[in-house]
Amino acid sequence: MKTLRNFFVLCVFGLCLCACSERKTLVDIGNEKQILYIANGADPADIDPQITTGSVEHRIEGGLFEPLVTKNLTTLEIEPAIAESWTVSDDGLVYEFKIRENAKWSNGDDLVADDFVQSWRRVLSPRLGSEWATYLYVLKNGEEYHTGKITDFSEVGVEAVSEKVLKVTLSGPAPYFLQLLDHNCMYPVHIKTILKHGEFDERSTPWTRPENFVGNGPFVPVEWVPNKAFVMAKNPLYWNQERIKLTEVHIVPVEGTLAMERMYRAGQLHMVEKLPPAKIAAYKNDPALHSFPLYGTYFYRFNTTVKPLDDVRVRQALSYSINREQITKTITRGGEPVMRSLVPITPTYEPSYQFPENVGLAKKLLAEAGFPDGKGFPKLVLTYNTQEEHQKIAVAIQQMWKKNLGIDIQLQNQEWKVFLSNQHHMNYQISRASWVGDYVDPNTFLEIFITTSGNNETGWASAEYDALIRAASLEKDADERIKIMQAAEKIIMTELPIMPIYGYSWNRLVSPSVQNWNDNVQDYFSFTDVYLIPSEK
Amino acid sequence: MLLFIIKRILQSIPVLLLVSVVTFFMVRSAPGGPFDVERAVPPDVLKHLNERYHLDDPLWKQYLDYMGHLLQGDFGPSFKYTTHTVNDLIAAGLPATAELSLYAILFALVVGLSAGIYASLKSNTVHDYVPMTAAMIGICMPTFVLGPILLLIFGVWLGWLPVAGWGQIPGDKILPSVTLGFAYAAYIARISRGGMLDVLSQDYIRTAKAKGLSMSRIVFVHALRGGITPVISFLGPAIAGLLAGSFVVESIFQIPGLGRFYVMAAFNRDYTLILGLTIFFAFLIVLFNLLADIVLVWLNPKVRQDLGGRH
Repeated sequence: MKTLRNFFVLCVFGLCLCACSERKTLVDIGNEKQILYIANGADPADIDPQITTGSVEHRIEGGLFEPLVTKNLTTLEIEPAIAESWTVSDDGLVYEFKIRENAKWSNGDDLVADDFVQSWRRVLSPRLGSEWATYLYVLKNGEEYHTGKITDFSEVGVEAVSEKVLKVTLSGPAPYFLQLLDHNCMYPVHIKTILKHGEFDERSTPWTRPENFVGNGPFVPVEWVPNKAFVMAKNPLYWNQERIKLTEVHIVPVEGTLAMERMYRAGQLHMVEKLPPAKIAAYKNDPALHSFPLYGTYFYRFNTTVKPLDDVRVRQALSYSINREQITKTITRGGEPVMRSLVPITPTYEPSYQFPENVGLAKKLLAEAGFPDGKGFPKLVLTYNTQEEHQKIAVAIQQMWKKNLGIDIQLQNQEWKVFLSNQHHMNYQISRASWVGDYVDPNTFLEIFITTSGNNETGWASAEYDALIRAASLEKDADERIKIMQAAEKIIMTELPIMPIYGYSWNRLVSPSVQNWNDNVQDYFSFTDVYLIPSEK
Repeated sequence: MLLFIIKRILQSIPVLLLVSVVTFFMVRSAPGGPFDVERAVPPDVLKHLNERYHLDDPLWKQYLDYMGHLLQGDFGPSFKYTTHTVNDLIAAGLPATAELSLYAILFALVVGLSAGIYASLKSNTVHDYVPMTAAMIGICMPTFVLGPILLLIFGVWLGWLPVAGWGQIPGDKILPSVTLGFAYAAYIARISRGGMLDVLSQDYIRTAKAKGLSMSRIVFVHALRGGITPVISFLGPAIAGLLAGSFVVESIFQIPGLGRFYVMAAFNRDYTLILGLTIFFAFLIVLFNLLADIVLVWLNPKVRQDLGGRH
């Protein structure tokens, strides 16, 4: 019996010892060694910037590659990056970029203009199957090359005039061209490395493994264990490496915002990508809480090919009869702006028309459509992907429609992949949706609803709308272009194949020991100027 | 003995085949595919992706191709971690899962056996009722309840132990191992108590007591040997269950093990990863059951003799 008793005494003693010793957290260690620990959602699928499509990957790629030009994350103005300067021709069609003399790849190779030519050729190669190839349709003959109408890449509007000068010719004046350039598909990739591990236009070869990787960004990957961490370290050959204070960035895959928040509280993370809405109030006065608007819209899609949603009056009635402020004040609670238009407001764009919130008008429209006080209205199904927040919003809207219009809507939650599949195949009646802009220009929101867009997914088509979007892409005058886009937005916000609800606002935790962290509407991460100071106890 | 082992191995082949067939067709019948992402994938891109992964072929052909590769030890490329193969991912996740299972079973053995033996010595007293009630609660309490409770108390409120990770900070392996091992400790406590009670009522124990041997000598030298036999037969399936069943604990504590891959693979419709892990786990379960049977046969001379007689 003595043995047993001794064992228990030992256990209790061990636990006490564990409790009494001052434990250094990962954040403490990170602060000393300038190692940043962040939770970025799921694991990255790949880090080939030309084929990856998720924000998880794009945020990592932002540290591994550097584009020609970039945006000031606060003012969103274009700033030099790998290109130290550029010129634009009077007609807005020809750009010439001067690439920095000291720009190098992480293996020591000189970064030259032809690297961009070859990289963009790769994006436009039909066999690579890049989801982003249409972005390079802004280049002269870009579309023709991608669709196989021409096979000679020298006809495409990108060429290396000299070793360090890149000339780009556009298919039409696209005033947002410079905005596009910091998109991940525009990053240069090291073709020699790609060819060493596979074919030029082959997907998912091991060139992106840390041991093979060559990039041109401020960091290089050093370790990538799926489900454990993606680690990148400072790139000593980066042209502007004096600016980089961090020695390493550890990107930890954590699913679930509650787990992230718990790890933050336990000092295991400097930053959590998203704070669950229920926790926002608890951090209200904490300097770690970062709240900022995101360039995105939360909306519902209507399937305009099914009755009675094919009737514009029904869609208007549904859209006019909900109280958006109640949703943002009581459910989302993150300071989200209500949206009665599609494109989020920025310093350069404001919608010219916002549809009304008016229950009386909604009732009248519903009666005109043949459903006075909701009588005879079929029981439509509102679909959303399984998540508490979406459910709460759906329940609130269900109640508002019931109370204001007298109609019954059935709610149905679906697992994410099932939901996506149904949405892509238009196998729904009303469906939750969202869109976050790929670049800061109204075009990124408006173009998804043209008839031929794969992302339209509402069955709605308007020749007038398509013509306006096309006209905007050809318009040289910036003010005139804005007017055309406002007119297009008014059409879609009158016909309402979608019902905007609110604009995204993001809430995240960033430890006060993280300095120079920059929140921005596109939610790009920039580790360039970030450094760490000891945390206050 | 050898024939017995060969027979058992042959019996396990149809089991593994059945597992592979059922899993293969089940994952394919789930709505949504690995390439369904929020943004619609252009049709030509989708066509290219389907070609690359041979998803255009008839299902039976895909299955036969898969099994052909599998027989050569190749689980195929992952659909989600596109630059990794399923073999890579199993190799990456197995060490953490195996280590977690090992600690959990050690914890379960130390705590379970101590509690079980202690309770059997004081049977039908409060010293028996308290640990056995605790064991009953342990058996009933699922890991997804116990994990967050322990995490909240020791990780967040008291701040004694890390709340997530594996091998990053000292002490981060304690909570997951305890969470996973707790239910097994409870089982072992109850099984060993029962086993010990059986043995303690035997004549030879009474003789030992009459001879004036110390209690600890009676327990550890004479009684324990027979008392823990049921625990050993429980260990085989328990280890297999731990390896395959750690996904809840791995998800709660963010442990980079196989279980977490398994859960994420289902959400991502990572066909090859789901299939590969299912077959791998099925193989482990078959293997550990076989090992447990072999140990039991080896331990029990009577069974050994039966087998010998039959051959």
